[in-house]
Amino acid sequence: MLHVDMDAFYASVEIRERPELRDRPVVVGGVGVRGVVSSANYIARRHGVRSAMPTVQARRLCPRAVFLPPTFALYQQVSAGVLAIFREITPLVEPLSLDEAFLDVSGSLRRLRTTPAGVGAEIRRRVHAEHGIVCSVGVGPTKFVAKLASGLAKPDGMLVVPKTEVTAFLHPLPVSALWGVGKKTAERLFDVGLETVADVAAAPLPRLRRMIGVAMAEHLHALAQGHDDRPVVPRSAEKSVGAEETFDTDHHDRALLRRELLRLAERTATTLRSRGLRGRTVAIKVRYADFTTISRSRTLPVATDVTQEIYRTAAQLLDEQTPPGAVRLIGVRVEQLGAGESEQLALDAPEQGWREADQAADKARSKFGDLAIRPAALLGKGPDRAGTTKPGPDR
Amino acid sequence: MKIRVERDGLADAVAWVARSLPSRPPVPVLGGVLLDAGATDGSEGLTVSGFDYEVSATVGVPATVADGGRTLVSGRLLADITKSLPAQPVEISVDGSRVAIACGSAKFSLPTMPVEDYPQLPAMPQHAGELAGEVFGQAVSQVAVAAGKDDTLPMLTGVRVEMTGEKLTLVATDRFRLAMREFEWKPSGDVEDAAVLVPARTLADAAKALGSAGRSVELALSPTDGLLGLSGSGRRTTSRLLDAEFPRYRQLLPSEQTSSAIIGVAPLVEAIKRVSLVADRGTQVRLEFADGVLRLSAGGDDEGSAEEELPVEFTGEPVMIAFNPGYLQDGLAALHADRAELSFTTPNRPALIKPVNADGEVTPGYLYLLMPVRLPG
Repeated sequence: MLHVDMDAFYASVEIRERPELRDRPVVVGGVGVRGVVSSANYIARRHGVRSAMPTVQARRLCPRAVFLPPTFALYQQVSAGVLAIFREITPLVEPLSLDEAFLDVSGSLRRLRTTPAGVGAEIRRRVHAEHGIVCSVGVGPTKFVAKLASGLAKPDGMLVVPKTEVTAFLHPLPVSALWGVGKKTAERLFDVGLETVADVAAAPLPRLRRMIGVAMAEHLHALAQGHDDRPVVPRSAEKSVGAEETFDTDHHDRALLRRELLRLAERTATTLRSRGLRGRTVAIKVRYADFTTISRSRTLPVATDVTQEIYRTAAQLLDEQTPPGAVRLIGVRVEQLGAGESEQLALDAPEQGWREADQAADKARSKFGDLAIRPAALLGKGPDRAGTTKPGPDR
Repeated sequence: MKIRVERDGLADAVAWVARSLPSRPPVPVLGGVLLDAGATDGSEGLTVSGFDYEVSATVGVPATVADGGRTLVSGRLLADITKSLPAQPVEISVDGSRVAIACGSAKFSLPTMPVEDYPQLPAMPQHAGELAGEVFGQAVSQVAVAAGKDDTLPMLTGVRVEMTGEKLTLVATDRFRLAMREFEWKPSGDVEDAAVLVPARTLADAAKALGSAGRSVELALSPTDGLLGLSGSGRRTTSRLLDAEFPRYRQLLPSEQTSSAIIGVAPLVEAIKRVSLVADRGTQVRLEFADGVLRLSAGGDDEGSAEEELPVEFTGEPVMIAFNPGYLQDGLAALHADRAELSFTTPNRPALIKPVNADGEVTPGYLYLLMPVRLPG
């Protein structure tokens, strides 16, 4: 389990855009009279500036700081780029906000031939190389430990807590480090002499229950022992999921374009499934050599995450609603997303159908990489595509 | 052309014909309605027609014809105009390339389109048989509800019409539900057994227009030309048949059941509507049948949740099954009965809904098959 947290994310992105600010205190936040600080770099933090502090107060603490209004579109763009790096490593990515995420890499280690610490180092290297910002990584057997570790690794560091050292790591920490302990609970625990995580772990459960309620007691007791069985839940707040491809040379050939749609439909459907999402609307985008762009969409009766259904709809849109011509870019997108745990069954579908085939393929890919299993139509050499890396030689 | 016609008859006729016109005609003339007065086809009065190569519609309207002739005008515009005319006689006359419409003190002048560019309306195919208007109207509405709206699967957008001796069977399915109705009709002496696929929307429109009580509907068919004709009450319509293979549905109908319930339709529909208010985007409503009680529930821990209990006559193994609430309501509404029988095998296999009469017996002739929503876990 990895927890990755961008260090002073908004401020770092702003500094990347304006390198001349590098050695100055930088504060990003609302600049109005009621504005609050969203992010401050470490130089500003040395002056006592903190997130969520009124900007007015920050100005008093650090009058020399450069105050900037936030540019969210830019942060979103950087965040999407960083998440894309994570998703190349594992489909099990749970973003918590623009600047932090949990990753479950247990299924990917064999494919990548590395250790969790190796993955963490690689993430830190790539985020810095590709996006010009730094992040901290916490590695641990559970979400809770990983998150604590990244907090302690900051700034620009990594902390690995192996399973055998969890107790030694947790026990000296103050109770307020426990997830879910706010000011109130911390005070109540303090009053009865429970000051560290070790104290909570050693306290008899019935006594804890009487003090802070059954649910909270059991939750804290488990955390204090190092138990935390929350899985990484891949999800996203995105309105659509899609993939597109720009060719190196423009293509007329409809059969080739349809194959490309299959490739993109598969990538889109895999992303949907890895995040537990289904969508009702399938859309395609076709950009011609003269940059005329046509977008067409169709809404399905029932939300889908099945490669074949997305491909069939996309291919039909291509055949019926786009004129012939030289195509430079083609894309597939699925919209109207919902986290669907329910599946409308179909009359003629076998009980084990395309969805089960897709799920089996996903499993194989999580172990052996993206090229482990593909539709037969995609075997062989595809068109050259700009802006994507070529797959390496088959093993 | 110069004629005088009653406003109501004209407005109804134009409205019906214009309904089947394409909203964005590929060539302008296909957006027109053809007005044919007296002399040209030998009949007295006015004939209003429309055609888009798929569907044709023709209505006769009584009219005083001073001067016969044919003209073609924008269907949508004419429908809007005739609908809003005052209740007085309407005079229509063609002068050169324009048509003048006068009613009371209102006067319109519209450009005409070239009649010679208009396609020949298909002739009515050969008479195949006759059926009671109200039965036909009801049967089509009961079945068309299950037809697919997804044009990517054309075979599912039709209603299959099977003629087997004196029995007529209508079936439609969108893969998630299937509706089937069987009833008697009067085939003409020499008609052979046949099965054709008719676009559901066209058939539903025609049934609404022709399927009135006390009238009979004539069905005409030419499987070789791929054409179906329906006529009655002074209206005629033809539709192109769908050239697609309908799923082999009979083998999909469950042959056994492990439990069944009889329940009042209205209270069940009300309860489904209430409970599914909390279902996230109408995804599913859960039905839990046990001895004498149906428990409906929807929603979950992360969202709102709701539940309600209804009395039920239940026999067999207790069952917990989930459905899309919209599909379930469609089926219950299509029964046209006060009580329904719901029968099940397992939570992942199709359920059957059938109408039940006052004596508690299933009324033969109709069934609505509904695929469940898979319960998580």
